[in-house]
Amino acid sequence: MLSITNLQAKIGDKQILNGINLEVKPGEVHAIMGPNGSGKSTLASVLAGREEYEITGGEVTYNGKDLLEFSPEDRAREGVFLAFQYPVEIPGVSTINFMKTAVNQIRKYRGQETLDAVSFLGLMKEKMKLVEIDQSLLNRSLNEGFSGGEKKRNEIFQMAMLEPKLSILDETDSGLDIDALKIVSSGVNKLRNSNNATIVVTHYQRLLEYIVPDFVHVLYKGKIVKSGGKELALELEAKGYDWIKDEVAVA
Amino acid sequence: MSKDNQLLEELTSREYEHGWNVALETDSAPKGLNEDIVRFISERKNEPEWMLEWRLKAFRLWSKMTEPKWPNVTYPAINYQDIIYYSAPKQSAKPKNLEDVDPELIKTFEKLGISLTEQKRLTGVAVDAVIDSVSVATTFKEKLGELGIIFCSFSEAVREHPDLIKKYLGSVVPMSDNYFAALNSAVFSDGSFCYIPKGVRCPMELSTYFRINAANTGQFERTLIVAEEGSYVSYLEGCTAPMRDENQLHAAVVEIYAMKDAHVKYSTVQNWYPGDKEGKGGIYNFVTKRALCAGDNSKVSWTQVETGSAITWKYPSCVLKGDNSSGEFYSVAVTNNLQQADTGTKMIHIGKNTKSRIVSKGISAGRSQNSYRGQVHIMKRAEGSRNFSQCDSLLMGDQCGAHTFPYIDVENSTSKVEHEATTSKIGEDQIFYCQQRGIDEESAVALIVNGYAKEVLNQLPMEFAVEAQKLLALTLEGSVG
Ligand SMILES: Nc1ncnc2c1ncn2[C@@H]1O[C@H](COP(=O)(O)OP(=O)(O)OP(=O)(O)O)[C@@H](O)[C@H]1O
Ligand SMILES: [Mg+2]
Repeated sequence: MLSITNLQAKIGDKQILNGINLEVKPGEVHAIMGPNGSGKSTLASVLAGREEYEITGGEVTYNGKDLLEFSPEDRAREGVFLAFQYPVEIPGVSTINFMKTAVNQIRKYRGQETLDAVSFLGLMKEKMKLVEIDQSLLNRSLNEGFSGGEKKRNEIFQMAMLEPKLSILDETDSGLDIDALKIVSSGVNKLRNSNNATIVVTHYQRLLEYIVPDFVHVLYKGKIVKSGGKELALELEAKGYDWIKDEVAVA
Repeated sequence: MSKDNQLLEELTSREYEHGWNVALETDSAPKGLNEDIVRFISERKNEPEWMLEWRLKAFRLWSKMTEPKWPNVTYPAINYQDIIYYSAPKQSAKPKNLEDVDPELIKTFEKLGISLTEQKRLTGVAVDAVIDSVSVATTFKEKLGELGIIFCSFSEAVREHPDLIKKYLGSVVPMSDNYFAALNSAVFSDGSFCYIPKGVRCPMELSTYFRINAANTGQFERTLIVAEEGSYVSYLEGCTAPMRDENQLHAAVVEIYAMKDAHVKYSTVQNWYPGDKEGKGGIYNFVTKRALCAGDNSKVSWTQVETGSAITWKYPSCVLKGDNSSGEFYSVAVTNNLQQADTGTKMIHIGKNTKSRIVSKGISAGRSQNSYRGQVHIMKRAEGSRNFSQCDSLLMGDQCGAHTFPYIDVENSTSKVEHEATTSKIGEDQIFYCQQRGIDEESAVALIVNGYAKEVLNQLPMEFAVEAQKLLALTLEGSVG
């Protein structure tokens, strides 16, 4: 589904990604871990098409197409979803209105009929249950004055609404209390099937107890320096990153 | 190219949608302004002697006044002798009903999206349409008449309701008020008069569409609204003008007189031709709008969505004379390319416990300049008065300017004034967030701008709000490369 080869990117003069290789197949869950500033969010942004980052090398193939050729909105319409580490506030625009615009633009792109108010509301009610989000929150201005946890839950609600093929969750667990973490994770799990894939960026093993990864990768200084199964996350939790940094230094 | 620069490009490449003009046969005055022209206008309109005298008095005052230079706008000197002050579509006789109206005129309205026949049948909006200088058709008159509501062209009011006009004309905006008000008083062409009797709630939105058609004509409408005790009316004004190379002058006066417990809502969607990318052409919009809350508990709300004109000079104001009276001003002003706007409001608190609320949302793009100018004056005897002002500016790109000039003057210690101001830029992260959800950049900008202006748009009547939203989106139209 997603094939990243030797991807390099910079912002201004600062080189951030230094040759990323990653292969994601349908149905898989990949976890990306790594110290602060190692480039995890940058990788997510580059995949989503943020234009500030300049791609200096490498390729990304998504469902057989060159992902880097697509505009950010077309990537979304092709099924790429990014749950932001820091969701953005849009004053005066409710989540409902925002999602209605998004859903209909995506449907138009795919040659589907746009949803009328009634069917949209129906869809929304169904997805609200999945992440146990309250409608009053969705009536408010998007993310404005939302608590940290509410923002993250709202991201997963949007993911549920858009039913992406490739979801990238950037530290969706941060800011969630223990109950919310379970609810949000179970929402993500319910959305999983053999045709879609998920990349979860996280610092904590706990999330991975709920959303069980098939692979765990460690990103360090803009490179994936170690990959393994879910037990790698446990090892990182116990030992921290120093041993990996040492390994990299030796190599 | 950065996002902002792309947006800038988009904005500058947008076209004016109402840019066409209909070949109407017109009856015009020669260029220039002197007492004879004033007499010419008065005569063409079959006005009584007192009206002519009033105009002449205003003309003489105006001749001694000088154009104000304090607004934060620049434009080449206006040659007042090079303007045609009266231009009316030629008609054999005054139309009795819509069927008698010149079909070209009807076409004009249809292009504007206001088919009078449609309006008459479907919407329940009474329209007094002003094209150039003569009001050509007034609908719903009979129905309103049953309630004692008068809604007619200004000229007709001068003939049919002289006592009301004599009593209220200039009572809120005296002819000597300012340069442009004096000019308007001398040469006003037509406009609307609206009278709501005691205790009557006007059952429909009253609406006037203004449009400047003939080349080189200034348009000088005059609107007078009188709301008797305990009455209510919501009044809508929409404006467009065809594209021209030369700048055209528009100097209107709107007066609202509200008695005890009366409530008047006045909404404007202004889309005069803004000129082309280089600033050629476009309307100079110098408007005086003022409401007098004369009676206790009276209330006037101004709502405006300003997207057009090359230059806007406009301060819809409230004089809060009655105790407990209140004034509101909600404004969205968008400037683009080389447009300049200096707009805001004045809230003059005279009565006790008077309240005012100001919400101003400026949006500047291109190389435009957008200024908010607001005065809040609480007089000594206006004890216990309150004002709240919120002035926000949104910048698109880095070549435009936003300015705020608040003047606050409180003469007693029991009153309270609050002023909040913010300046923000449309964030690339906001646009990216929208795009990541599948929303294209153009729609993202429209979404964000409409969200930003929501508090103001919410004040508009439903149909008007939709129109205003579309207009804002249109202003920001043009695809991203
Ligand atoms: N717009 C930018 N301008 C300058 N530097 C940037 C920018 N975006 C990212 N960086 C830098 O790139 C590096 C990688 O940042 P990134 O946000 O991808 O890290 P991360 O792995 O997601 O970290 P965290 O775990 O703290 O979220 C950091 O040093 C960061 O400061
Ligand atoms: Mg990050």
